[in-house]
Amino acid sequence: MKKRFSLFLVLLLALSTFLAACGGGKDNNNAQGGQGGEKPAEKKEQVLNLLETQEIPSLDSALATDAVSFIVLNNVMEGLYRLGKDNKPVPGIAESYEVSQDGKTYTFKLRKDAKWSNGDPVTAHDFEFAWKRVLDPKTKSEYAYIMYDIKNAQEANTGKVPLDQVGVKALDDYTLKVELKNPVPYFVGLTAFGTFMPQNEKFVKAQGEKYGLEANTTLYNGPFVLSEWKHEQGWVYTKNPNYWDKDNVKLEKVNVKVVKDTATAVNLYETKQADRVGLTAEFVDKYKNDKNFHTKLEPTLFWLRMNTKKEPLNNVNARKAIAMAIDTQAMVDTLLNNGSIPAKFTVPKDFVTGPDGKDFRDVNGDLVNYNPDEAKKLWEQAKKELGKDKFTLELLNYDTDNAKKIGEYVKAQLEQNLPGLTINIKQQPFAQKLKLESNMQYDLSFSGWGPDYQDPMTFLQLWTSTSPHNETGWSNPEYDKLIKDAQTTLANDQQARWDAMLKAEKIVFEGMPIAPLYQRGAAYLQREYVKDFVTHTFGADYSLKWAYIE
Amino acid sequence: MARYTLQRFVYMIITLFIIATLTFFLMKLLPGSPLQNQEKLTPEQKALILKEYGLDKPVPVQYIQYLGNLLKGDLGVSFQYDNRPVTELISDRIGPSAQLGFQAIVFGTIVGLILGIVAAIRHNHWEDYTATVIAVLGASIPSFVLGGFLQYFIAVKLQWLPVAFWEGFKYTILPTLALSVGVIASIARFMRTEMLEVLSSDYILTARAKGISQAGVIIKHAIRNSLIPVITILGPMTVNLMTGTLVIEKLFAVPGLGEQFVRSIELNDYPVIMGTTLFYSALLILAVFIVDVLYGVVDPRIRLAGGKK
Repeated sequence: MKKRFSLFLVLLLALSTFLAACGGGKDNNNAQGGQGGEKPAEKKEQVLNLLETQEIPSLDSALATDAVSFIVLNNVMEGLYRLGKDNKPVPGIAESYEVSQDGKTYTFKLRKDAKWSNGDPVTAHDFEFAWKRVLDPKTKSEYAYIMYDIKNAQEANTGKVPLDQVGVKALDDYTLKVELKNPVPYFVGLTAFGTFMPQNEKFVKAQGEKYGLEANTTLYNGPFVLSEWKHEQGWVYTKNPNYWDKDNVKLEKVNVKVVKDTATAVNLYETKQADRVGLTAEFVDKYKNDKNFHTKLEPTLFWLRMNTKKEPLNNVNARKAIAMAIDTQAMVDTLLNNGSIPAKFTVPKDFVTGPDGKDFRDVNGDLVNYNPDEAKKLWEQAKKELGKDKFTLELLNYDTDNAKKIGEYVKAQLEQNLPGLTINIKQQPFAQKLKLESNMQYDLSFSGWGPDYQDPMTFLQLWTSTSPHNETGWSNPEYDKLIKDAQTTLANDQQARWDAMLKAEKIVFEGMPIAPLYQRGAAYLQREYVKDFVTHTFGADYSLKWAYIE
Repeated sequence: MARYTLQRFVYMIITLFIIATLTFFLMKLLPGSPLQNQEKLTPEQKALILKEYGLDKPVPVQYIQYLGNLLKGDLGVSFQYDNRPVTELISDRIGPSAQLGFQAIVFGTIVGLILGIVAAIRHNHWEDYTATVIAVLGASIPSFVLGGFLQYFIAVKLQWLPVAFWEGFKYTILPTLALSVGVIASIARFMRTEMLEVLSSDYILTARAKGISQAGVIIKHAIRNSLIPVITILGPMTVNLMTGTLVIEKLFAVPGLGEQFVRSIELNDYPVIMGTTLFYSALLILAVFIVDVLYGVVDPRIRLAGGKK
């Protein structure tokens, strides 16, 4: 009997394997023919394999808000200008521009050989249509504010004037006139940003709600077109045969797959299915000595905002003490470990150069340093001035893993270096944190800022008393005046404007409404045969236009 | 049976309505807005855009509008994937999730049943201990640990199977294995416990006394009657796995629905929160109904109301 039973078991097992195979096979017949791994064996082929951490939310340039959308837009679209290899604007659909004496009117001359992927010419009307569409309140564009330098843009976006009063006009098919509210020295670079891409009116209207949702419901005018887009899986860029500068585009095809997990991404790199992969801190040690390991510095800054209306943060010495009490070098070395550097400033390094060609950072240098002894001295002085010995502060924080580590570190440093100070960490979901900050319901807050345009102003305007993103309660009339002058009266005198901004940054550190922590870096692995893969410090993270395989 | 089905169907609609209502109001209690670029927008700009979306209206008004659209079969459009219809978002992603979940359930149930049956029959022998150890390990090792382990050794080191992606049957093997471990563990545990109980009951003794062979007793009497608890958990478990699992899908880059449940809540993507919740609830309610019907099939002692003449 026993024997028979074991026979039964064996049969059952066999059956189970069969059934399991069936279960899978049934749903899979159509997918089975798919390519097996598609290993990039023949590397001279101009094919690049990339990973992205997310599906593309939108290909509609009026609606895009996130890093992935802007990367894709930068590679399949082209604005008047595009960011070149050195992050300076180079001509795109525009061949050249003229600017009026007062710096307020730009006239762009468009090239005549630029075409959409359906063969239509790219004209000045496409820009006028696209920009006005962004500003139309009905479009609900969350990046419309980036166009507010244009005359009547803000008014039109808030419904106060009709769209036809916006200062952008196609004079003929190949001439675009843009009138600005104030002279904006960085305006040409701004036209490289995703929101400023042109759109083909006929096509957009024909697609209606579907525009930008699928590869074939989008029209392209950039170096590549999207030849395939499988939601959540990935997309394929193919060289655009209609692109005006196609002779300088070397890659034939770029496969992009969506991989959200860094460990998986690294495994794909290891098995040669990806040519470039971003690394998080835990992988840096393993690859630090790899010849393909690189880091880059991004112009994104993180700091502690201080609520200057709350005791003891209403005391400037207390604020200075906090800014000096955190060893930010040790923090970037141990916690981040990805090329991030300590921030001792509020305009990032390697971001902008002045009229003299010098990096803003090289001129102004470090404005605050880690100095526990000096911090303690200032702290004691603040205590005396406030007549109190013990303080408890709440540190508002994001609820991400990385932010948790930073928060704990800041707490430990402050409590250790500033006797009598207790820090309580309060983690909040992103949206709630923003709300608390804008209501100034916090004491200290770990927060950051990335640039909206290529100019120190994108960081400096934060701390004016009227800035909605100031959120510290700090204000300084001299600072406000310098910023205002730089935006208006000095806007056409590059050197004077630059000097005003340099001076303004120093004033921030006299008042110290923030304690700067670090400038973000990013670590990545990139195969040595990938050449001229250009990364940017503003707008889209990278351009594929010049990249090639060697 | 027909009357029972109809009755159940009405209850299902009512349940769904209650879920929709609760979810809607709870969701509106979440802090923050569904805007993606809220960090950079000023409060005035935020207010303007929200007004365009109709999100400035009182919550009860929004609720009635939502229900109206729902009746028309319109689940709205997503915020995080600008203007993409929620129905499209779900239908694009449910395929891989459902396939993966289905494979894991089929494989896990079969292996789990075998383990459970063997453990019960060979009670307190090495087979039993082995099965128990497997079940305990399966229940306690998180699927992402096992998944990471499988990925590293089988895909990266041995290169027998692909590391990730979703491009054919062989791509589904590792995630299916990782996902089925939990199924194996719970099915085996339930089956073993129930089998032991059944095997010691009187009618088994009677069957044996009548001279029915061991295999006959097991197959005809014991297994069938032990399946009740397994069927009970199988319904919800299937729905759970087939609607996507965040961790395994992320690890193996499966283009499934799993992440949407979490992401839509994090991002206050109201239409997607509602859509995925309703979709999930409807499947769950359906599964519970099917389980109820299956009870009667497996065990004649359980008959549904009105089923008997």
